[in-house]
Amino acid sequence: MASTIRVRAQANGPTTDVQALIQHPMDSGFVKDSDGNLVPPHYIETVTFEHAGKIVLTSNWGPAVSKDPYTKFSFKGGAKGDVLNVTWVDNLGKTDTVAAKIA
Amino acid sequence: MHAGSSESHDLTRRATLRLLGLLGVVGMAGTALADAPGWPVEAFKQKTEADALKQLYGKPFEVSDKVTLEVPEIAENGAVVPVSVSTTLEGVTSISILVPENPFTLAASYKMSDATMPAIGCRLKMAKTSNVIALVEAGGKIYAASKEVKVTLGGCGG
Amino acid sequence: MSLRRVSRRLAIAALIFSALGGAAPAPADGLATAAADQKAFQAFFKDRFPNLPVAEFGNGPYAVNAEMRKQWEDIMQFPPYDFALDEGKTAFETPFANGKSYADCFANGGIGVRQTYPTFDTKTGEVVTLDLAINRCRIANGEKPLPYQTGMMASITAYMAETSRDKPFDIKIPDDPRAIAAYEAGKEYFYTRRGQLNFACASCHVTSAGQRMRGDILAPAMGILAAFPIYRSDWGSMGTIDRRFTSCSSQMRSEPLPPQDPAYRNVEYFLSFMSNGVPITGPGTRP
Repeated sequence: MASTIRVRAQANGPTTDVQALIQHPMDSGFVKDSDGNLVPPHYIETVTFEHAGKIVLTSNWGPAVSKDPYTKFSFKGGAKGDVLNVTWVDNLGKTDTVAAKIA
Repeated sequence: MHAGSSESHDLTRRATLRLLGLLGVVGMAGTALADAPGWPVEAFKQKTEADALKQLYGKPFEVSDKVTLEVPEIAENGAVVPVSVSTTLEGVTSISILVPENPFTLAASYKMSDATMPAIGCRLKMAKTSNVIALVEAGGKIYAASKEVKVTLGGCGG
Repeated sequence: MSLRRVSRRLAIAALIFSALGGAAPAPADGLATAAADQKAFQAFFKDRFPNLPVAEFGNGPYAVNAEMRKQWEDIMQFPPYDFALDEGKTAFETPFANGKSYADCFANGGIGVRQTYPTFDTKTGEVVTLDLAINRCRIANGEKPLPYQTGMMASITAYMAETSRDKPFDIKIPDDPRAIAAYEAGKEYFYTRRGQLNFACASCHVTSAGQRMRGDILAPAMGILAAFPIYRSDWGSMGTIDRRFTSCSSQMRSEPLPPQDPAYRNVEYFLSFMSNGVPITGPGTRP
Protein backbone atom coordinates (compact mmCIF):
# COMPACT_ATOMS: atom_id res chain seq x y z
CA MET A 1 0.00 0.00 0.00
CA ALA A 2 1.38 3.44 -0.89
CA SER A 3 2.82 5.49 1.94
CA THR A 4 0.69 8.19 3.51
CA ILE A 5 3.72 10.46 3.55
CA ARG A 6 4.89 12.45 0.51
CA VAL A 7 8.19 14.25 0.83
CA ARG A 8 9.88 16.70 -1.48
CA ALA A 9 13.35 17.28 -0.08
CA GLN A 10 15.69 19.38 -2.18
CA ALA A 11 19.36 19.99 -1.46
CA ASN A 12 19.94 23.68 -2.03
CA GLY A 13 23.61 24.52 -1.42
CA PRO A 14 24.27 24.43 2.34
CA THR A 15 20.62 23.80 3.21
CA THR A 16 17.97 21.25 2.42
CA ASP A 17 14.43 22.50 1.74
CA VAL A 18 11.70 20.11 2.81
CA GLN A 19 8.00 19.97 2.07
CA ALA A 20 5.88 17.10 3.32
CA LEU A 21 2.23 16.21 2.72
CA ILE A 22 0.63 13.49 4.80
CA GLN A 23 -2.64 11.76 4.00
CA HIS A 24 -4.61 11.83 7.24
CA PRO A 25 -8.18 12.83 8.18
CA MET A 26 -7.10 15.05 11.10
CA ASP A 27 -10.60 14.70 12.55
CA SER A 28 -11.06 17.26 15.28
CA GLY A 29 -13.91 15.56 17.05
CA PHE A 30 -16.12 18.61 16.49
CA VAL A 31 -17.60 17.64 13.14
CA LYS A 32 -20.75 15.58 12.68
CA ASP A 33 -21.22 12.93 10.03
CA SER A 34 -24.27 12.71 7.74
CA ASP A 35 -26.17 10.81 10.46
CA GLY A 36 -25.63 13.62 12.94
CA ASN A 37 -23.10 11.76 15.06
CA LEU A 38 -19.80 13.34 16.08
CA VAL A 39 -16.85 11.87 14.22
CA PRO A 40 -14.37 10.98 16.98
CA PRO A 41 -11.06 12.86 17.15
CA HIS A 42 -8.40 11.24 15.01
CA TYR A 43 -5.37 13.37 14.33
CA ILE A 44 -1.61 13.15 14.08
CA GLU A 45 0.11 14.20 17.29
CA THR A 46 3.78 14.06 16.37
CA VAL A 47 5.84 14.05 13.21
CA THR A 48 9.61 13.64 13.34
CA PHE A 49 12.08 14.42 10.58
CA GLU A 50 15.42 12.71 11.07
CA HIS A 51 18.59 13.13 9.05
CA ALA A 52 21.92 11.39 9.74
CA GLY A 53 20.82 10.35 13.20
CA LYS A 54 19.66 13.84 14.17
CA ILE A 55 16.05 14.90 14.58
CA VAL A 56 15.91 18.14 12.65
CA LEU A 57 12.23 18.84 13.30
CA THR A 58 9.57 17.58 15.67
CA SER A 59 6.05 18.71 14.91
CA ASN A 60 3.56 18.54 17.76
CA TRP A 61 0.09 18.88 16.35
CA GLY A 62 -3.43 19.26 17.66
CA PRO A 63 -6.68 18.77 15.76
CA ALA A 64 -6.47 22.35 14.40
CA VAL A 65 -3.93 21.28 11.80
CA SER A 66 -5.70 20.91 8.44
CA LYS A 67 -6.67 17.62 6.89
CA ASP A 68 -3.93 16.09 4.74
CA PRO A 69 -1.44 18.11 6.77
CA TYR A 70 1.42 20.02 5.23
CA THR A 71 4.84 21.01 6.56
CA LYS A 72 7.50 23.24 5.08
CA PHE A 73 10.90 23.85 6.65
CA SER A 74 14.63 23.86 5.92
CA PHE A 75 17.70 22.63 7.70
CA LYS A 76 21.46 23.13 7.32
CA GLY A 77 23.20 20.11 5.90
CA GLY A 78 21.85 17.28 3.82
CA ALA A 79 23.11 16.32 0.39
CA LYS A 80 21.59 14.77 -2.68
CA GLY A 81 21.02 11.08 -2.06
CA ASP A 82 20.86 11.39 1.73
CA VAL A 83 17.95 9.80 3.52
CA LEU A 84 15.39 11.84 5.47
CA ASN A 85 13.25 9.64 7.72
CA VAL A 86 9.77 10.99 8.38
CA THR A 87 7.51 9.34 10.96
CA TRP A 88 4.11 10.25 12.35
CA VAL A 89 2.13 8.93 15.30
CA ASP A 90 -1.52 9.82 15.85
CA ASN A 91 -3.81 9.95 18.90
CA LEU A 92 -5.02 6.40 18.24
CA GLY A 93 -1.47 5.13 18.26
CA LYS A 94 -1.40 4.53 14.51
CA THR A 95 1.77 5.37 12.67
CA ASP A 96 3.56 5.47 9.34
CA THR A 97 7.10 6.17 8.28
CA VAL A 98 8.98 6.80 5.07
CA ALA A 99 12.65 7.01 4.17
CA ALA A 100 12.71 9.85 1.65
CA LYS A 101 15.66 10.64 -0.56
CA ILE A 102 17.00 14.16 -0.73
CA ALA A 103 17.08 15.28 -4.34
CA MET B 1 -15.37 27.72 8.69
CA HIS B 2 -17.63 26.29 6.03
CA ALA B 3 -20.16 23.89 7.46
CA GLY B 4 -18.86 21.04 5.39
CA SER B 5 -20.50 18.33 7.47
CA SER B 6 -23.67 18.32 5.38
CA GLU B 7 -21.48 17.19 2.50
CA SER B 8 -19.74 14.69 4.72
CA HIS B 9 -17.14 12.67 2.89
CA ASP B 10 -18.15 9.51 4.70
CA LEU B 11 -16.72 7.17 2.08
CA THR B 12 -13.37 8.92 2.00
CA ARG B 13 -13.19 9.05 5.79
CA ARG B 14 -14.05 5.39 6.14
CA ALA B 15 -11.58 4.43 3.45
CA THR B 16 -8.87 6.45 5.15
CA LEU B 17 -9.59 4.87 8.52
CA ARG B 18 -9.41 1.43 6.92
CA LEU B 19 -6.05 2.31 5.42
CA LEU B 20 -4.73 3.57 8.72
CA GLY B 21 -6.06 0.45 10.39
CA LEU B 22 -4.00 -1.61 7.96
CA LEU B 23 -0.90 0.27 8.99
CA GLY B 24 -1.26 -1.23 12.42
CA VAL B 25 -0.11 -0.05 15.76
CA VAL B 26 3.51 0.25 16.82
CA GLY B 27 4.64 -0.44 20.37
CA MET B 28 1.10 -0.51 21.75
CA ALA B 29 -1.13 -3.45 22.54
CA GLY B 30 -4.92 -3.54 22.32
CA THR B 31 -6.70 -0.19 22.59
CA ALA B 32 -4.12 2.55 22.12
CA LEU B 33 -5.43 5.50 24.05
CA ALA B 34 -2.09 6.86 25.24
CA ASP B 35 -0.80 9.93 23.46
CA ALA B 36 2.39 9.93 21.42
CA PRO B 37 5.51 10.14 23.57
CA GLY B 38 6.72 13.69 24.10
CA TRP B 39 3.46 15.20 22.89
CA PRO B 40 2.60 18.20 25.14
CA VAL B 41 -0.74 16.89 26.39
CA GLU B 42 -1.45 19.73 28.80
CA ALA B 43 -0.60 22.50 26.34
CA PHE B 44 -3.06 21.14 23.80
CA LYS B 45 -5.85 21.10 26.39
CA GLN B 46 -5.74 24.83 27.07
CA LYS B 47 -8.46 27.23 26.01
CA THR B 48 -6.78 30.56 26.56
CA GLU B 49 -3.66 32.26 25.26
CA ALA B 50 -2.25 32.65 28.76
CA ASP B 51 -2.78 29.03 29.73
CA ALA B 52 -1.36 27.68 26.46
CA LEU B 53 1.69 29.93 26.84
CA LYS B 54 2.16 28.82 30.44
CA GLN B 55 2.01 25.13 29.56
CA LEU B 56 4.25 25.50 26.53
CA TYR B 57 7.01 27.75 27.82
CA GLY B 58 6.11 28.89 31.33
CA LYS B 59 7.27 32.43 30.61
CA PRO B 60 5.82 35.63 29.17
CA PHE B 61 6.41 36.78 25.61
CA GLU B 62 7.43 40.10 24.13
CA VAL B 63 6.10 41.28 20.81
CA SER B 64 8.94 41.48 18.32
CA ASP B 65 9.18 42.83 14.81
CA LYS B 66 11.89 40.22 14.23
CA VAL B 67 9.14 37.60 14.01
CA THR B 68 7.38 37.53 10.66
CA LEU B 69 3.93 35.96 10.48
CA GLU B 70 2.34 35.50 7.08
CA VAL B 71 -1.36 34.77 7.02
CA PRO B 72 -4.19 35.82 4.71
CA GLU B 73 -6.39 38.74 5.79
CA ILE B 74 -9.46 36.83 4.73
CA ALA B 75 -9.16 33.05 4.68
CA GLU B 76 -10.48 31.49 1.48
CA ASN B 77 -11.67 28.65 3.68
CA GLY B 78 -11.31 28.31 7.45
CA ALA B 79 -10.52 24.61 6.99
CA VAL B 80 -7.21 25.30 5.25
CA VAL B 81 -5.46 28.54 6.22
CA PRO B 82 -1.81 28.75 5.07
CA VAL B 83 0.40 30.08 7.87
CA SER B 84 4.11 30.86 7.63
CA VAL B 85 6.35 31.93 10.49
CA SER B 86 9.93 33.06 10.10
CA THR B 87 12.35 35.09 12.16
CA THR B 88 15.74 36.76 12.06
CA LEU B 89 16.31 35.87 15.71
CA GLU B 90 19.12 33.44 16.44
CA GLY B 91 19.20 30.38 18.66
CA VAL B 92 15.61 29.44 17.87
CA THR B 93 14.58 26.23 19.60
CA SER B 94 10.84 26.28 19.08
CA ILE B 95 7.99 27.89 17.13
CA SER B 96 4.37 27.58 18.21
CA ILE B 97 1.14 28.88 16.76
CA LEU B 98 -1.92 29.84 18.78
CA VAL B 99 -5.45 30.51 17.53
CA PRO B 100 -7.30 31.88 20.57
CA GLU B 101 -10.79 31.66 19.03
CA ASN B 102 -10.38 27.94 18.29
CA PRO B 103 -11.86 25.43 20.78
CA PHE B 104 -8.30 24.66 21.88
CA THR B 105 -5.87 27.53 21.65
CA LEU B 106 -2.70 25.71 20.65
CA ALA B 107 -2.71 24.65 17.01
CA ALA B 108 0.86 23.42 16.52
CA SER B 109 4.23 23.53 18.18
CA TYR B 110 7.54 22.79 16.46
CA LYS B 111 10.88 21.88 18.04
CA MET B 112 13.94 22.88 16.07
CA SER B 113 17.47 21.49 16.22
CA ASP B 114 20.49 23.78 16.02
CA ALA B 115 20.67 22.87 12.32
CA THR B 116 17.10 23.88 11.56
CA MET B 117 16.27 27.18 9.87
CA PRO B 118 13.92 29.22 12.06
CA ALA B 119 10.93 29.13 9.74
CA ILE B 120 7.84 26.98 9.39
CA GLY B 121 5.02 26.68 6.86
CA CYS B 122 1.80 24.90 7.72
CA ARG B 123 -1.95 24.84 7.06
CA LEU B 124 -4.34 25.30 9.96
CA LYS B 125 -8.04 25.12 10.70
CA MET B 126 -9.70 28.21 12.09
CA ALA B 127 -13.20 27.95 13.52
CA LYS B 128 -13.87 31.67 13.16
CA THR B 129 -12.24 35.05 12.84
CA SER B 130 -9.33 35.14 15.25
CA ASN B 131 -5.89 36.43 15.89
CA VAL B 132 -3.15 34.04 14.93
CA ILE B 133 -0.22 34.30 17.31
CA ALA B 134 3.24 33.05 16.41
CA LEU B 135 5.52 32.35 19.37
CA VAL B 136 9.24 31.94 18.82
CA GLU B 137 11.49 30.59 21.57
CA ALA B 138 14.98 31.92 21.01
CA GLY B 139 17.87 32.07 23.42
CA GLY B 140 15.54 31.04 26.22
CA LYS B 141 13.13 33.96 25.68
CA ILE B 142 9.76 34.06 23.94
CA TYR B 143 9.01 36.50 21.13
CA ALA B 144 5.67 36.94 19.40
CA ALA B 145 3.85 38.36 16.42
CA SER B 146 0.10 38.43 15.92
CA LYS B 147 -2.24 39.05 13.02
CA GLU B 148 -5.98 38.77 12.61
CA VAL B 149 -7.40 36.38 10.05
CA LYS B 150 -11.01 36.84 9.05
CA VAL B 151 -12.97 33.64 8.58
CA THR B 152 -16.31 34.20 6.89
CA LEU B 153 -19.28 32.11 5.92
CA GLY B 154 -18.90 30.61 2.50
CA GLY B 155 -21.20 32.03 -0.10
CA CYS B 156 -22.66 28.89 -1.49
CA GLY B 157 -24.97 28.12 1.41
CA GLY B 158 -23.23 25.06 2.73
CA MET C 1 -41.26 17.06 -5.96
CA SER C 2 -40.61 18.35 -9.49
CA LEU C 3 -38.57 21.38 -10.32
CA ARG C 4 -40.60 24.48 -10.86
CA ARG C 5 -38.84 25.87 -13.81
CA VAL C 6 -39.33 29.54 -14.14
CA SER C 7 -37.77 30.00 -17.53
CA ARG C 8 -36.48 33.58 -17.78
CA ARG C 9 -33.76 34.80 -20.03
CA LEU C 10 -31.31 36.94 -18.22
CA ALA C 11 -29.71 40.07 -19.57
CA ILE C 12 -26.70 38.22 -20.92
CA ALA C 13 -28.87 35.84 -22.92
CA ALA C 14 -30.61 38.86 -24.34
CA LEU C 15 -27.19 40.26 -25.18
CA ILE C 16 -26.23 37.11 -27.01
CA PHE C 17 -29.48 36.90 -28.90
CA SER C 18 -29.42 40.56 -29.78
CA ALA C 19 -25.95 39.97 -31.20
CA LEU C 20 -27.61 37.54 -33.55
CA GLY C 21 -30.06 40.13 -34.73
CA GLY C 22 -32.67 39.34 -32.14
CA ALA C 23 -34.01 36.19 -33.80
CA ALA C 24 -34.34 32.84 -32.06
CA PRO C 25 -31.89 30.38 -33.69
CA ALA C 26 -33.40 28.16 -36.37
CA PRO C 27 -32.23 24.52 -36.22
CA ALA C 28 -30.60 24.84 -39.64
CA ASP C 29 -28.30 27.58 -38.30
CA GLY C 30 -27.53 25.63 -35.11
CA LEU C 31 -23.77 25.48 -35.60
CA ALA C 32 -23.57 29.12 -36.65
CA THR C 33 -25.62 30.04 -33.60
CA ALA C 34 -23.33 28.09 -31.31
CA ALA C 35 -20.27 29.73 -32.82
CA ALA C 36 -21.80 33.17 -32.44
CA ASP C 37 -22.84 32.38 -28.86
CA GLN C 38 -19.28 31.38 -28.05
CA LYS C 39 -17.88 34.57 -29.55
CA ALA C 40 -20.33 36.75 -27.62
CA PHE C 41 -19.78 34.79 -24.39
CA GLN C 42 -16.00 35.14 -24.54
CA ALA C 43 -16.28 38.78 -25.57
CA PHE C 44 -18.42 39.46 -22.50
CA PHE C 45 -15.82 37.98 -20.14
CA LYS C 46 -12.85 39.55 -21.88
CA ASP C 47 -14.64 42.84 -21.57
CA ARG C 48 -15.47 42.24 -17.89
CA PHE C 49 -11.87 41.21 -17.11
CA PRO C 50 -9.85 43.14 -19.69
CA ASN C 51 -6.37 42.41 -18.35
CA LEU C 52 -6.87 38.70 -17.90
CA PRO C 53 -5.02 36.41 -20.32
CA VAL C 54 -7.21 33.64 -21.71
CA ALA C 55 -5.03 31.10 -19.93
CA GLU C 56 -6.02 32.56 -16.57
CA PHE C 57 -9.73 31.88 -17.00
CA GLY C 58 -9.11 28.31 -15.90
CA ASN C 59 -8.09 29.53 -12.45
CA GLY C 60 -11.52 30.74 -11.43
CA PRO C 61 -11.56 32.93 -8.32
CA TYR C 62 -7.75 33.01 -8.21
CA ALA C 63 -7.62 34.80 -11.54
CA VAL C 64 -9.75 37.66 -10.26
CA ASN C 65 -8.74 38.10 -6.61
CA ALA C 66 -5.14 38.71 -5.55
CA GLU C 67 -5.56 37.73 -1.90
CA MET C 68 -7.16 34.42 -2.72
CA ARG C 69 -4.52 33.82 -5.37
CA LYS C 70 -1.76 34.13 -2.77
CA GLN C 71 -3.38 31.44 -0.63
CA TRP C 72 -3.81 29.26 -3.69
CA GLU C 73 -0.17 29.64 -4.70
CA ASP C 74 0.81 28.69 -1.17
CA ILE C 75 -1.30 25.55 -1.27
CA MET C 76 -0.15 24.71 -4.80
CA GLN C 77 3.45 24.37 -3.52
CA PHE C 78 2.29 20.91 -2.57
CA PRO C 79 -1.24 20.34 -3.81
CA PRO C 80 -3.52 18.18 -1.69
CA TYR C 81 -4.71 16.30 -4.82
CA ASP C 82 -1.30 14.66 -5.00
CA PHE C 83 -2.56 11.42 -3.43
CA ALA C 84 -5.53 11.19 -5.79
CA LEU C 85 -3.29 11.86 -8.78
CA ASP C 86 -1.02 8.95 -7.90
CA GLU C 87 -3.95 6.68 -7.21
CA GLY C 88 -5.47 7.65 -10.54
CA LYS C 89 -2.28 7.01 -12.51
CA THR C 90 -1.91 3.56 -10.98
CA ALA C 91 -5.55 2.71 -11.65
CA PHE C 92 -5.35 4.02 -15.21
CA GLU C 93 -2.33 1.87 -15.96
CA THR C 94 -3.71 -1.29 -14.34
CA PRO C 95 -5.28 -3.70 -16.86
CA PHE C 96 -8.83 -4.94 -16.46
CA ALA C 97 -9.48 -8.60 -15.69
CA ASN C 98 -9.81 -9.25 -19.42
CA GLY C 99 -6.33 -7.90 -20.12
CA LYS C 100 -7.44 -4.67 -21.80
CA SER C 101 -7.06 -1.25 -20.21
CA TYR C 102 -8.40 2.30 -20.31
CA ALA C 103 -5.88 3.11 -23.04
CA ASP C 104 -7.84 0.85 -25.40
CA CYS C 105 -10.97 2.98 -25.04
CA PHE C 106 -9.53 6.40 -25.77
CA ALA C 107 -7.75 8.20 -28.55
CA ASN C 108 -4.02 8.45 -27.95
CA GLY C 109 -4.35 5.86 -25.20
CA GLY C 110 -6.24 8.39 -23.06
CA ILE C 111 -3.21 10.62 -22.67
CA GLY C 112 -3.74 14.28 -23.38
CA VAL C 113 -7.40 13.94 -24.41
CA ARG C 114 -9.34 15.43 -21.50
CA GLN C 115 -9.69 18.79 -23.25
CA THR C 116 -11.84 17.19 -25.96
CA TYR C 117 -14.55 16.15 -23.49
CA PRO C 118 -17.50 16.25 -23.49
CA THR C 119 -18.00 14.84 -26.98
CA PHE C 120 -21.25 14.10 -28.77
CA ASP C 121 -21.80 10.44 -29.57
CA THR C 122 -23.74 10.35 -32.83
CA LYS C 123 -24.30 6.60 -32.43
CA THR C 124 -26.20 6.87 -29.15
CA GLY C 125 -27.30 10.47 -29.66
CA GLU C 126 -26.01 11.76 -26.31
CA VAL C 127 -23.35 13.92 -24.73
CA VAL C 128 -20.46 11.84 -23.42
CA THR C 129 -18.47 13.35 -20.59
CA LEU C 130 -15.06 11.99 -19.62
CA ASP C 131 -16.58 10.38 -16.53
CA LEU C 132 -19.23 8.65 -18.61
CA ALA C 133 -16.61 7.53 -21.12
CA ILE C 134 -14.59 5.98 -18.31
CA ASN C 135 -17.55 3.97 -17.09
CA ARG C 136 -18.54 2.95 -20.62
CA CYS C 137 -15.00 1.66 -20.99
CA ARG C 138 -15.28 -0.32 -17.77
CA ILE C 139 -18.64 -1.82 -18.67
CA ALA C 140 -17.47 -2.71 -22.17
CA ASN C 141 -14.59 -4.61 -20.59
CA GLY C 142 -16.59 -6.50 -18.00
CA GLU C 143 -15.86 -4.21 -15.07
CA LYS C 144 -18.39 -2.62 -12.71
CA PRO C 145 -18.93 1.09 -13.27
CA LEU C 146 -17.39 3.46 -10.74
CA PRO C 147 -19.60 5.66 -8.57
CA TYR C 148 -19.48 9.24 -9.77
CA GLN C 149 -18.55 12.43 -7.90
CA THR C 150 -15.53 11.34 -5.87
CA GLY C 151 -13.21 8.46 -5.04
CA MET C 152 -11.62 6.50 -7.85
CA MET C 153 -13.59 8.34 -10.57
CA ALA C 154 -12.08 11.60 -9.34
CA SER C 155 -8.63 10.03 -9.13
CA ILE C 156 -8.69 8.68 -12.68
CA THR C 157 -10.07 11.90 -14.15
CA ALA C 158 -7.43 13.77 -12.13
CA TYR C 159 -4.71 11.76 -13.84
CA MET C 160 -6.25 12.20 -17.28
CA ALA C 161 -6.63 15.95 -16.65
CA GLU C 162 -3.01 16.19 -15.57
CA THR C 163 -1.90 14.68 -18.89
CA SER C 164 -3.88 17.48 -20.57
CA ARG C 165 -2.63 20.30 -18.42
CA ASP C 166 -2.25 23.51 -20.45
CA LYS C 167 -4.01 22.05 -23.49
CA PRO C 168 -6.85 24.36 -24.57
CA PHE C 169 -10.45 23.18 -24.46
CA ASP C 170 -11.31 21.83 -27.91
CA ILE C 171 -14.96 20.86 -27.85
CA LYS C 172 -16.69 19.97 -31.07
CA ILE C 173 -20.37 20.11 -31.95
CA PRO C 174 -21.01 17.84 -34.94
CA ASP C 175 -23.44 18.98 -37.61
CA ASP C 176 -26.18 16.81 -36.18
CA PRO C 177 -29.52 18.17 -34.97
CA ARG C 178 -29.31 16.06 -31.82
CA ALA C 179 -25.92 17.55 -30.94
CA ILE C 180 -27.20 21.03 -31.56
CA ALA C 181 -30.28 20.26 -29.46
CA ALA C 182 -28.06 19.03 -26.61
CA TYR C 183 -25.98 22.20 -26.83
CA GLU C 184 -29.15 24.33 -26.84
CA ALA C 185 -30.57 22.38 -23.88
CA GLY C 186 -27.36 23.00 -21.95
CA LYS C 187 -27.52 26.68 -22.76
CA GLU C 188 -31.12 26.89 -21.64
CA TYR C 189 -30.33 25.11 -18.38
CA PHE C 190 -27.48 27.52 -17.72
CA TYR C 191 -29.65 30.61 -18.08
CA THR C 192 -32.80 29.27 -16.36
CA ARG C 193 -33.63 30.35 -12.83
CA ARG C 194 -34.57 27.51 -10.52
CA GLY C 195 -35.10 26.50 -6.91
CA GLN C 196 -35.99 28.46 -3.81
CA LEU C 197 -33.29 31.04 -4.36
CA ASN C 198 -34.43 31.53 -7.95
CA PHE C 199 -30.86 31.67 -9.22
CA ALA C 200 -29.61 30.55 -12.58
CA CYS C 201 -26.02 29.41 -13.07
CA ALA C 202 -25.62 32.68 -14.93
CA SER C 203 -26.83 34.73 -11.96
CA CYS C 204 -23.58 34.02 -10.13
CA HIS C 205 -21.14 33.02 -12.83
CA VAL C 206 -22.01 35.61 -15.45
CA THR C 207 -23.81 38.55 -13.86
CA SER C 208 -21.82 38.50 -10.60
CA ALA C 209 -18.61 36.86 -11.84
CA GLY C 210 -15.62 38.12 -9.86
CA GLN C 211 -17.79 39.54 -7.08
CA ARG C 212 -18.33 38.20 -3.59
CA MET C 213 -21.13 36.04 -2.37
CA ARG C 214 -20.53 36.26 1.36
CA GLY C 215 -16.99 34.92 1.80
CA ASP C 216 -16.66 33.37 -1.66
CA ILE C 217 -15.47 34.92 -4.88
CA LEU C 218 -17.62 33.83 -7.83
CA ALA C 219 -15.65 32.32 -10.69
CA PRO C 220 -16.40 33.47 -14.24
CA ALA C 221 -18.30 30.82 -16.23
CA MET C 222 -15.67 30.99 -18.95
CA GLY C 223 -13.15 28.28 -18.11
CA ILE C 224 -14.98 27.28 -14.95
CA LEU C 225 -14.69 23.55 -15.68
CA ALA C 226 -11.01 23.66 -16.68
CA ALA C 227 -9.68 22.88 -13.20
CA PHE C 228 -11.76 19.75 -12.56
CA PRO C 229 -11.59 17.42 -10.79
CA ILE C 230 -10.75 19.50 -7.74
CA TYR C 231 -9.61 19.02 -4.17
CA ARG C 232 -11.95 21.38 -2.44
CA SER C 233 -10.97 22.49 1.07
CA ASP C 234 -14.66 22.55 1.88
CA TRP C 235 -14.91 18.84 1.10
CA GLY C 236 -11.47 17.84 2.33
CA SER C 237 -11.46 15.48 -0.63
CA MET C 238 -11.64 15.26 -4.42
CA GLY C 239 -14.75 16.03 -6.40
CA THR C 240 -15.71 15.82 -10.05
CA ILE C 241 -17.89 18.15 -12.09
CA ASP C 242 -20.88 16.04 -11.00
CA ARG C 243 -20.01 16.60 -7.38
CA ARG C 244 -19.96 20.33 -7.84
CA PHE C 245 -23.14 20.40 -9.95
CA THR C 246 -25.13 18.32 -7.46
CA SER C 247 -23.79 20.17 -4.41
CA CYS C 248 -24.34 23.57 -6.04
CA SER C 249 -27.92 22.56 -6.88
CA SER C 250 -28.48 21.67 -3.21
CA GLN C 251 -26.82 24.83 -1.97
CA MET C 252 -28.99 26.93 -4.28
CA ARG C 253 -31.99 25.12 -2.73
CA SER C 254 -32.80 23.41 -5.98
CA GLU C 255 -33.42 19.69 -6.44
CA PRO C 256 -30.08 18.08 -7.31
CA LEU C 257 -30.19 15.77 -10.31
CA PRO C 258 -28.46 12.39 -10.30
CA PRO C 259 -24.81 12.47 -11.43
CA GLN C 260 -24.47 12.32 -15.22
CA ASP C 261 -28.12 13.27 -15.65
CA PRO C 262 -28.59 14.36 -19.30
CA ALA C 263 -29.34 17.90 -18.11
CA TYR C 264 -25.98 18.06 -16.29
CA ARG C 265 -24.16 16.55 -19.24
CA ASN C 266 -25.76 19.06 -21.58
CA VAL C 267 -24.77 22.03 -19.44
CA GLU C 268 -21.24 20.63 -19.16
CA TYR C 269 -21.22 20.42 -22.98
CA PHE C 270 -22.43 24.01 -23.29
CA LEU C 271 -19.99 25.39 -20.71
CA SER C 272 -17.04 23.49 -22.15
CA PHE C 273 -17.81 24.63 -25.71
CA MET C 274 -18.11 28.21 -24.45
CA SER C 275 -14.62 27.76 -22.95
CA ASN C 276 -12.85 26.58 -26.12
CA GLY C 277 -9.36 28.01 -26.08
CA VAL C 278 -9.08 28.10 -22.27
CA PRO C 279 -6.30 25.70 -21.18
CA ILE C 280 -6.93 22.80 -18.84
CA THR C 281 -5.80 23.64 -15.30
CA GLY C 282 -6.83 20.39 -13.69
CA PRO C 283 -6.64 18.72 -11.40
CA GLY C 284 -7.04 21.76 -9.21
CA THR C 285 -7.66 23.03 -5.71
CA ARG C 286 -10.47 25.33 -4.63
CA PRO C 287 -11.71 26.79 -1.32
